[in-house]
Amino acid sequence: MSRPRTQAEYLARLVPPSVAGLNRRSLLAGAAGASALLGTGLLAGCGDSDSGGSGGKTVSMGSNASDPTPKDVLAKVSAAFKTSSGVEVAINTVDHNTFQENINNYLQGKPDDVFTWFAGYRMRFFAARGLAGDVSDVWGKLSGFSDAFKKASTGDDGKQYFVPFSYYPWAVFYRKSVWQQHGYQVPTTLDQFNTLGAQMKRDGLVPIAFADKDGWPAMGTFDILNLRINGYQFHVDLMAGKESWTSDKVKKVFDTWAGLLPLHQPDSLGRTWQEAAQSLQQKKSGMYLLGLFVAQQFNADEQDDIDFFTFPEIDSTIGAKALDAPIDGYMMARKPKSEENAKKLLEYIGGVDAGNISVKTDPGTLVANTGADTSGYSALQKKAAELVGSATEIAQFLDRDTRPDFASTVIIPALQQFIKDPTDIGGLLTSIENQKKSIFTS
Amino acid sequence: MSDLPLIQADRAVEPPAATTTTRGRGRRLRLLSRTDRVVITLMVLVPLLLVSALVWLPALATVALSTTNWDGIGPLGDIDFVGGRNYSDVVNIYPPFVPAVQHNLLWLAALFVVATPFGMFLAVLLDKELRGSRFYQTALYLPVVLSLALIGFVWQLIYSRDQGLLNAVLGSDVDWYGDPGVNIWAVMVASGWRHVGYIMLLYLAGLKGVDPSLREAAAVDGASEVNTFFRVVFPVMRPINIIVLVVTVIESLRAFDLVWVVNKGRNGLELLSALVTQNVVGEASRIGFGSALATIMLVVSLVFITIYLATVMREDR
Repeated sequence: MSRPRTQAEYLARLVPPSVAGLNRRSLLAGAAGASALLGTGLLAGCGDSDSGGSGGKTVSMGSNASDPTPKDVLAKVSAAFKTSSGVEVAINTVDHNTFQENINNYLQGKPDDVFTWFAGYRMRFFAARGLAGDVSDVWGKLSGFSDAFKKASTGDDGKQYFVPFSYYPWAVFYRKSVWQQHGYQVPTTLDQFNTLGAQMKRDGLVPIAFADKDGWPAMGTFDILNLRINGYQFHVDLMAGKESWTSDKVKKVFDTWAGLLPLHQPDSLGRTWQEAAQSLQQKKSGMYLLGLFVAQQFNADEQDDIDFFTFPEIDSTIGAKALDAPIDGYMMARKPKSEENAKKLLEYIGGVDAGNISVKTDPGTLVANTGADTSGYSALQKKAAELVGSATEIAQFLDRDTRPDFASTVIIPALQQFIKDPTDIGGLLTSIENQKKSIFTS
Repeated sequence: MSDLPLIQADRAVEPPAATTTTRGRGRRLRLLSRTDRVVITLMVLVPLLLVSALVWLPALATVALSTTNWDGIGPLGDIDFVGGRNYSDVVNIYPPFVPAVQHNLLWLAALFVVATPFGMFLAVLLDKELRGSRFYQTALYLPVVLSLALIGFVWQLIYSRDQGLLNAVLGSDVDWYGDPGVNIWAVMVASGWRHVGYIMLLYLAGLKGVDPSLREAAAVDGASEVNTFFRVVFPVMRPINIIVLVVTVIESLRAFDLVWVVNKGRNGLELLSALVTQNVVGEASRIGFGSALATIMLVVSLVFITIYLATVMREDR
């Protein structure tokens, strides 16, 4: 290498070649990085999935049952199905949240013959867009489902697209031992509920455990207040975008909630529901409005200590009979590789035998088929089943009853904003309404 | 420089025959053999195709999609054009947008003012061949190597309000992740923790390349340590400094991962990149609206890229 002629040239040579080449390349890498994000819109069409089995003696199943207990239930059900029909189920398990977030790509690609999903708006939406298979003839062979469940499985065109498997109610959970110790009584009106909360505060408890870091738990609180104040039909219409969010009815829900917020555990936006449930388990909180799955956070010997009541009545003309009880179940792909086997599997899943397996294996959910032998239920499960059985209307949960884009990009930030600053309800509702109009008209 | 693109593409792949082509510019291009011409054509075409297919096409598609209301379902023929409505929605009725822009700028400022200088400072210290400097080097670089999921988990253990290390040690009950006035700083500490290690390594590599005779000469001339660094070493490191600067800007624009792990970019942690992801990826599938956000991000990035390119090209002349 010749000697450098100028100072600049000398200095430039001090930089190792690998680094010297970096400035332009890092620029390209940066541009590529920025575009990788920008490009996701285009990539959205490239979703693919493994679909095991083709015709004959197999049927493939896309499952979101990534947690141990539901996974175990599904494995046992498919093993029993193989014994009874000789058809093997190839289960393709995907992480629960990932499955939910990729559902659009999944259904437009090559979905499995049968896949896990929820009842509600989104199910009907897929059915209307032709992304799910009609299973009305399977329903012709099913028995043991109440009309509410059949209705929850029906698409906008009156055909069935969904086979329910399990469900769980949302209610206010508490520990019997804590309530006995302080002599608390189950409240049946909002006033009693408030009085109870105030008493718990005096007793050094956090009245209502609360967490909303992930954005969805607060939807449960909104739902139950809305159901109690405005009733089920208003909930359905509001979720469908037909009612205005700036109406006095919605405002009253938030006003009531604002009145209850001082009873809620503070700083909820940094807390996960598991942490809030543990504060109930550790007897630091008095009660917690959540789904039946709250029991997961309790030890085996504490299960009998868990009890619950449905959220008290607010308006006597509305009553306290409606509640959120999301239904999980199965759907069929629009073009399954083996439609015959897929329908056989769905029929089996909706049957009594599969229900019995679930009763024995999963204490966290209730079986949708009323024909199943529920003698294996825990006391908590029995009570939960009675509660749902006595409900006049069953809602699915805010994010299952409305458009997912509205729920995740508008409602979650809005509810978190409300929890942060409960004073400006009017401004918040105007903002929701403006966004709702834009989303629901597109 | 009419043949600028040719030269650019050449250098991007660093062909072994670079000397031939640069010397054979213009008139002498015809003297190249057939093989040479094929090689050159390939060298231009392949990167050009890659860049168009992987960078420009998606970027243009994003811009195009941003004027639609596509929900990610159904054939492209069904897409309705809505003109600028997505943009007016973003600016007028989308509450997270303004905080997101502010947070991105805050992020840039924090990395630029605190994290980057600190990383450079650590590199200078480690360059002194302290005892156990390899250990420190590894310790500082470790955060860059760790997987994101793990980092999110580690910081959750530290920052959790009820069960976290920080509140247990300080005896406080600050809601590190939930309080929208606090969480952006908490996450920036975590992000800075990664960034410092990255800058430290980059800068250390540069420092190792500085000719020791320069420092000796400065020492002979009686310059102090501080003067030696700022008057001699720092100017010599100009190429590295530019890289560090660009890396800092890029990192702050694509800041995303930690925020996403913490709370999916909500409640005080809004960032442009997180908003794009919230809208486009996942169940929401507001592809049109999300693309409008992405286009805004592209424009912001282009500002920095243009400044950088202008600087570099002026130097090349």
